[in-house]
Amino acid sequence: MSDRLSVRKTYKLFVGGAFPRSESGRSYEVRSADGRFLANAALASRKDARDAVVAARKAFPGWSGATAYNRGQVLYRVAEVLEGRRAQFVAELVDAEGLTPREAERVVDAAVDRWVWYAGWSDKLHQVRGSSNPVAGPYFDFSVPEPTGVVAVVAPASPLLGLVSVVAPVIVTGNTCVVVASERAPLPAITLAEVLATSDVPGGVVNVLTGRVAEIAPWLASHMDVNAIDLTGVGDPELATELEAAAAENLKRVVRPPEDEPDWAADPGLDRMTAFLEIKTVWHPVGT
Amino acid sequence: MFEYAPAPESRSIVDIAPSYGLFIDGEMVDPIDGHPFKTVNPATEEVLSEVVAAGPADVDRAVAAARRAYEEVWSRLPGRERGKYLFRIARLVQERSRELAVLETIDNGKPIRESRDVDLPLVAAHFFYHAGWADKLAYAGFGPDPRPLGVAGQVIPWNFPLLMLAWKVAPALATGNTVVLKPAETTPLTALAFADICRQAELPPGVVNIVTGAGDTGRALVEHPGVDKVAFTGSTEVGRQIARSLAGSRKKLTLELGGKAANVVFDDAPLDQAVEGIVNGIFFNQGHVCCAGSRLLVQESIAEELLERLKRRLRTLRLGDPLDKNTDIGAINSQAQLDKIRTLSEIGEQEGAERWSPPCELPERGYWFPPTVFTGVSQAHRIAREEIFGPVLSVLTFRTPAEAVEKANNTPYGLSAGVWTEKGSRILWMAQRLRAGVVWANTFNRFDPTSPFGGYKESGFGREGGRHGLEAYLDV
Amino acid sequence: MTTTTSAPSLADVTASDAALRRFLHGLPGVDQVGAEARAATLATRSIKTTAKRFALDLAIRMVDLTTLEGQDTPGKVRALCAKAQRPDPTDPSCPPVAAVCVYGDLVPVAVEALRGSGIRVAAVATAFPSGRAPLEVKLADVRAAVEAGAEEIDMVIDRGAFLAGRYLAVHDEIVAVKEACGDAHLKVILETGELATYDNVKRASWLAMLAGADFVKTSTGKVSPAATLPVALVMLEAARDFRDRTGRRVGVKVAGGIRAAKDAIRYLVIVNETCGDDWLTPDAFRFGASSLLNDLLMQREKTVTGRYAGPDHFTLD
Repeated sequence: MSDRLSVRKTYKLFVGGAFPRSESGRSYEVRSADGRFLANAALASRKDARDAVVAARKAFPGWSGATAYNRGQVLYRVAEVLEGRRAQFVAELVDAEGLTPREAERVVDAAVDRWVWYAGWSDKLHQVRGSSNPVAGPYFDFSVPEPTGVVAVVAPASPLLGLVSVVAPVIVTGNTCVVVASERAPLPAITLAEVLATSDVPGGVVNVLTGRVAEIAPWLASHMDVNAIDLTGVGDPELATELEAAAAENLKRVVRPPEDEPDWAADPGLDRMTAFLEIKTVWHPVGT
Repeated sequence: MFEYAPAPESRSIVDIAPSYGLFIDGEMVDPIDGHPFKTVNPATEEVLSEVVAAGPADVDRAVAAARRAYEEVWSRLPGRERGKYLFRIARLVQERSRELAVLETIDNGKPIRESRDVDLPLVAAHFFYHAGWADKLAYAGFGPDPRPLGVAGQVIPWNFPLLMLAWKVAPALATGNTVVLKPAETTPLTALAFADICRQAELPPGVVNIVTGAGDTGRALVEHPGVDKVAFTGSTEVGRQIARSLAGSRKKLTLELGGKAANVVFDDAPLDQAVEGIVNGIFFNQGHVCCAGSRLLVQESIAEELLERLKRRLRTLRLGDPLDKNTDIGAINSQAQLDKIRTLSEIGEQEGAERWSPPCELPERGYWFPPTVFTGVSQAHRIAREEIFGPVLSVLTFRTPAEAVEKANNTPYGLSAGVWTEKGSRILWMAQRLRAGVVWANTFNRFDPTSPFGGYKESGFGREGGRHGLEAYLDV
Repeated sequence: MTTTTSAPSLADVTASDAALRRFLHGLPGVDQVGAEARAATLATRSIKTTAKRFALDLAIRMVDLTTLEGQDTPGKVRALCAKAQRPDPTDPSCPPVAAVCVYGDLVPVAVEALRGSGIRVAAVATAFPSGRAPLEVKLADVRAAVEAGAEEIDMVIDRGAFLAGRYLAVHDEIVAVKEACGDAHLKVILETGELATYDNVKRASWLAMLAGADFVKTSTGKVSPAATLPVALVMLEAARDFRDRTGRRVGVKVAGGIRAAKDAIRYLVIVNETCGDDWLTPDAFRFGASSLLNDLLMQREKTVTGRYAGPDHFTLD
């Protein structure tokens, strides 16, 4: 231990590219895996959730309208900046999850690699999931995937790799999102927000809220300007059912919580991208 | 005057039984706790037959039969063999297409021209298309061995009774699921005829089960714990209820719901074809079409001319006996639907829109509504926002492409949209920005089994048709 | 549509080649698939019993009974004229056709044979069918036919000039021919089979109508494809729109390849549902045909007697 007193970081929310405190002025104490005080995280309110949805909606046209090439580069840039902050995330994961430094390094590496993996999908998914359709008539008919819109994400307990694994597939296709970070270990999410804020990700594309899932998620689930909700991080089955029922009000696309905590190190496949895609089919006559 | 003499299609080709049971486990059976109700010809109010509103025990029996068939027969059958059953069904539909078309028209009220030239050919095409997928699922892009879900509970609407059955049953069977299907309350007869086609195809018992009934039967089906997959086509309101009731379950859900499609006509459109597209968009099937082009957005500079052309065209529409081969506009499917169309049209007038219909005599018996156009409609009017599901067109204007997109997307629905312009780059620009699952450019209301169909936003989720449609019935 | 004051004056559009091109290219386009789909839908109309009888009689009255062969002789033309007056000699209720259409040199024969019958004599002119001759030759061709007694002239447009975009040249030629016609009615053959697109068919129709055509006609019968249902649809839509703009009704003649009564009835359905009653008269719609007439007669006999007719019972002229 050095004699110098460390300068602590204030962990705030990440909304619309800025780092505001909760409008409620509330915070909650975040402790390490072994029970040490780490920081006070912002305790987001329903109004913070509302503001985050507004920011995500505002960012949607620009982000979904960007070229796939551009989005891919932005995601790759996230990987680059994350790699540069490797040590910081390792330290945070050691605190948050009680991992050994070795284990934490592996997790951070996997998170970096996940951004790289999804970055590469941005300009490939159209070809894998789109089609031209041989209709029985004089028409050119094609189907393309398009982003669903604003996606609310309840992030899983895994504070970095789990978080990256649910956020990257949502945004790579052009969606914007409001993420409720792991309630118990929210700090890596805010540090990741700092990465996003410095990686050419336009403000509002990812918005990060910290606080109580049971308090914030219902407002997102019932929000009529949210198009989809990922319930992966909702541990309480009753709450998940309530959220899914609330999401029915405007027919949100819903990803239900998994029956068991997923193996975040495994090959993610396409499911998390395709869950938040619409297929648009366009017809045009062929004639002179 | 060139008056077309009546040209009625003969109904002697159909043989409607005085009463029907439920099709469960390969047999027509009497209900356990269901009760009978009558189905009528909406064009005449004549009672056609008595069918069963299946009760919970009936549904339970049907689901059990489907489960048994799934586990013991269908899931063990190689895809190649499943496909052959579907090919058989496709052929049987073609062979009996005249009979099925007449039956559809009698039970539904739609013109025979449409049931004969649109519904039935598409029904056969859907079975034919999906038959070919049954042994090729490993190549569909869902992994090397995509598995079926199990028992599919399917609830379909009354606007395209047999076609919606085909959209549901064909992909479900091709992917290896078994089904319990509930046809709409007012249009059960072609589904019951389909039961006979299953018999002729020697489809193993329980692979397809058909339980007739109304909302209660549908609810019992979708909420049945033995159902692994729910597919529903119908109103957004009911879709919402289903989504809510399935919350917390592991059932896979796809919904194809309502719409309020914008049909956008630019000043450089091929006008005569645009007029046809508008007519086809909203008056096809009496406007009982979820993807109907019920909002005409016309560029202000040509609004007056286009409307005059449209009105002239509407004067040539022939409303009347659905079995007459020259009828363009048939009967409204039910008294309830007629009441809804009337109510919303009256609201349209009260809100200040101008109502117009071509001179047209409505038959005395049956449920009828004339083709109707509302002009002077603004986005705030209820007739511009709510799905009327009838032959009622709301006309709005716009000035710029950006305004057209904004107005077109200004709805909670997102099923379909139309664009009319001769400028290629503008078509693509519009097609990119319209938040709708199907965009018809310089055409409207085209369907094909290879072409994925389904909604954005509150028009539902999931796709039907094409490779994409298979996903709804696979464990992926 | 009623004539609107905001519409630019049609007199100005033929002031220059540029103005005419602007006008013709400013007409709303025709989507091929949509137009063909519309025609195909109308072709499914089921015309039965009284409607069929009405349509068959009307179709007979609309026939321009035509012979345009190098081997035509006065004898052949006289036989055709006899047939034109009494298509079904066994049935006095059967109406005569509208006109007999021949090459210019045979006009005197037809005039003589049809004198007092009310059946009009039509002549093809302007270096039919190719139209490849100097204007003076074409005009001489027209004048000769008119002087010989032709009441209707079927001219061909210069498709080469049209496809080269020299619209004003095509227009001016029609104007000159119209003037040469005097009181004779002018039918302008567009030869739609050579125009290739419906946009061109529409533009050529407008061009001919602007130049004073009394009829626009699909084809010479010497080029395939000749008349088709969608081509007729596009031309009828043009005639309808032209009347809306100018108040003048221009007729439409379909010619070439129409052999079956069923096809003729399909054309009449398109006329009925595109232009309505005003065009359901021999003054505004014609069939250029020869073998069509016998099928119309056979179908007519079926509607009268209730049994299918056989070709041996109808004259082959």
